[in-house]
Amino acid sequence: MPQKRFSIGRIYLALVLIVMYLPIFYLIYYSFSSGERMDGFHHFSWVHYQALFQDTRMISIVLNTLVLALLSALLATVVGTAGALMINGIHNRLWRRNILILNNILLVSPDVIIGASFLIFFTFLGFKLGFWSVLFSHVAFSIPIVVLMVLPRVKELPKSLKDAAYDLGATRWQAFSQVTIPGITDGIMAGFFMALTYSLDDFAVTFFVTGNGFSTLSVEIYSRARQGIDLEINALSTIMFLVSLILVYIYYRFSTKKGAKRRLNQ
Amino acid sequence: MKKLLSAVIFLLAVIGGLTLWNRQLTTSRQASSPTKTLVIYNWGDYIDPALITKFEKQTGYHVDYETFDSNEAMLTKIQQGGTRYDLAVPSEYTVTRMAKAHLIRPLDHQQLPNLQNIDPRLLNQSFDPRNKYSVPYFWGTLGIIYNDRLVKNPPQHWNQLWEPRFHKQEMLLDSARDMMGIALITQGHSVNTTDTATLVAAEQKLTHLMPNTRAVVGDEMKLYLERNEAALGVTYSGDAAEMMAVNSHLHYVVPSEGSNIWYDNFVIPKTAKNTKAAYAFINFMLEPKNAAQNADYVGYATPNRQAKKYLDPEIINNKAFYPDERTMEHLEVYKDLPRKVNQTYNDLFLKFKMTK
Amino acid sequence: MSKNKHLVFTLPYILWLALFVTAPLVLIFYQSFLNINGHLTWDNYRDYIHSATYLQMTFNSVWYALVITVITLVVAYPVAYVIAQLRSKDFWLALIILPTWINLLLKTYAFIGLLGQHGSINNFLRFIGVGSHQLLFTNAAFVWVAAYIELPFMVLPIFNAITAIPTSLINASLDLGASRWQTLTKVIFPLSKSGVAAGIQAVFIPSLSLFMITRLIGGNRVITLGTAIEEHFLTTQNWGMGSTIGVVLVLAMLIVMVLTDDNNKKGGA
Repeated sequence: MPQKRFSIGRIYLALVLIVMYLPIFYLIYYSFSSGERMDGFHHFSWVHYQALFQDTRMISIVLNTLVLALLSALLATVVGTAGALMINGIHNRLWRRNILILNNILLVSPDVIIGASFLIFFTFLGFKLGFWSVLFSHVAFSIPIVVLMVLPRVKELPKSLKDAAYDLGATRWQAFSQVTIPGITDGIMAGFFMALTYSLDDFAVTFFVTGNGFSTLSVEIYSRARQGIDLEINALSTIMFLVSLILVYIYYRFSTKKGAKRRLNQ
Repeated sequence: MKKLLSAVIFLLAVIGGLTLWNRQLTTSRQASSPTKTLVIYNWGDYIDPALITKFEKQTGYHVDYETFDSNEAMLTKIQQGGTRYDLAVPSEYTVTRMAKAHLIRPLDHQQLPNLQNIDPRLLNQSFDPRNKYSVPYFWGTLGIIYNDRLVKNPPQHWNQLWEPRFHKQEMLLDSARDMMGIALITQGHSVNTTDTATLVAAEQKLTHLMPNTRAVVGDEMKLYLERNEAALGVTYSGDAAEMMAVNSHLHYVVPSEGSNIWYDNFVIPKTAKNTKAAYAFINFMLEPKNAAQNADYVGYATPNRQAKKYLDPEIINNKAFYPDERTMEHLEVYKDLPRKVNQTYNDLFLKFKMTK
Repeated sequence: MSKNKHLVFTLPYILWLALFVTAPLVLIFYQSFLNINGHLTWDNYRDYIHSATYLQMTFNSVWYALVITVITLVVAYPVAYVIAQLRSKDFWLALIILPTWINLLLKTYAFIGLLGQHGSINNFLRFIGVGSHQLLFTNAAFVWVAAYIELPFMVLPIFNAITAIPTSLINASLDLGASRWQTLTKVIFPLSKSGVAAGIQAVFIPSLSLFMITRLIGGNRVITLGTAIEEHFLTTQNWGMGSTIGVVLVLAMLIVMVLTDDNNKKGGA
């Protein structure tokens, strides 16, 4: 396809990206200010980074947050994908819609309601509050978004393809792993990333179901609001942002190199 | 499928690595026995971390510091159970509510010799007679903050907030008790009024403040005033101190006709497992030098009389933060109101916020 | 694979539906009939219907969620379309998602700095001679920041749907003499409808109960149902009334689901 035709599109994309990154760069800029707040850049300094590296409690909270986000997103993706496949397999229209409605209830419920009802639920069961209760809750509220991301891909999967696989003597597992899953991989990835976002962003649900020394970054940041959030958090966000950017770039280089090789082999 | 599987394996490896790193970090500072652990539930960043380290070194206890962002959320957590907190820091009306619901333990004053360091004027308040359940941690007032570059004749009284010259200049607090309370004071009533007709009249008065209102906000008011985004604000003395430290054009006034006085207090919840450590910590924080260091870090007014000699005299003599006797007499503590009345306050305030 | 194995595979999802969706739903529904003293009553629903404040709030919520969804859709569709045409699409898509990993409260604080009267955007406006404007605490600022937050949730499903369209189909359309615009409106857009529907669900539904930015950026000049729920659950601890509003939100979601579901008639197996 000729590249030139998309120049307007590319300018548009660049504009949207600039707007999206404006607040992020603003945060990063102030992480290097020697001042106390995001107001009036004092002079360049690493103080907030030094403070961060000495704050083992904060580092531990960040690690908690990352482990929680990755693990809950992974589990939610597995369960949600299975759910999307199940929903697609339901032939009765009414039933399918009803299940989808149930699926979306956690999306519409405000965090406080989810958090409060999960708290009641866990204490009713006598479940100890801490990492596991938070993990289960994060998996729970991330599942619907995974289903929403995967389901359209499942629907678009041509039925004829699967039938063809069977005709060629494939077992159910083969048809599943070689036809269905590759067909919906993009949806699965999208679901995973959205689940990750949900988990990293959540404050209210985590607050209610956490306990026994377990805390996440969001809970820490929100509870600091009354005292004023200091620039150590900006320094932390900068590092997290840069690390994710580098990871994304490595992944991109890695996957395109492999892709290029494959094309050559063909 | 292969691509997905390798992604999953990669993810699990990352998760494992992070977990190991975290374990290494926490075991290096964690005490092994649970009786050597003290779990504190407090507002975020509301204590000098150096003091926690000092306490751990001095006593050998390990401190777990958990945080909350509102009294009500904290109360819900403690009420539901499932967690262990040895020490919590609620505000005064929440202390009453927790005591009524039997969520906190009566304190043994024998174990708190340092209680005598507290200013007697700040003890034995109506929210907790004879300090049966609580020990004051920090205290302060509700008042008006203004920017001297944007306001010529700064208001000294609540009534002046209604003057037309402040059109679209004011930031109000998103708190029903505080804003309704101000309206009640201007009409000569108590901030603990329970009579519905009086409350409706106060809401009427508040509605007339809308033309002067730029926004109704929470903690973020600090950001706005520090950046000269508004000329005036209704705020707590603690927040005011922080804003003034950042922007020297800001000043804080406590209207002498009356206002609210608030306290944040140590309490020992029913769920506590290590009361011995809790008492040790309260005593530790009541030591004059430690209290002074903490007040220096947090920036709020300390109730500790003996700590004042270690603090900057300029702060101690600042009437905005340590008001004189005459103003003190007019300050009122919020009482824990019946739920029905509380609901009325909030419904009326919501109605006020909806007025255009 | 036998039917049993099939069940093992979907069991976690079914368990999730039963434990984490149905149980809280029943709880909310039950609580919505409790008054402040814990007695069973219709009062909450009666109060809701008779209160001008709540009806106004409901209208506000639906209206703003609608505006936010439309704006996000209009911005996101071209983004998804352009990215789908690029060679390294995964990378560009990741760039769209990355900002969502920075804490929301922190980003909102950054917006306060950017949108303030002495903030960067007003400095820029003054520089180009437009003069400074009151940006914060306006409906526009609220909608802007909300759309900013929701954008990736719209881009992703649409992008997914567009990349699922076989290139052969697009090439065929072009070969048959259709212009690029015609191909977009007649081929790509109809075929990406399921993605658009998923995007609308992922944006509209959560937008109904936004609360934090209504205060931070909107200065409480915009009050939505989310604000009221927050208040009932946390400040007044009137969980009954809070749950009643929760039930209203669930009903609103039902309506959205029914409306967007009609778009996928062809999706019926």
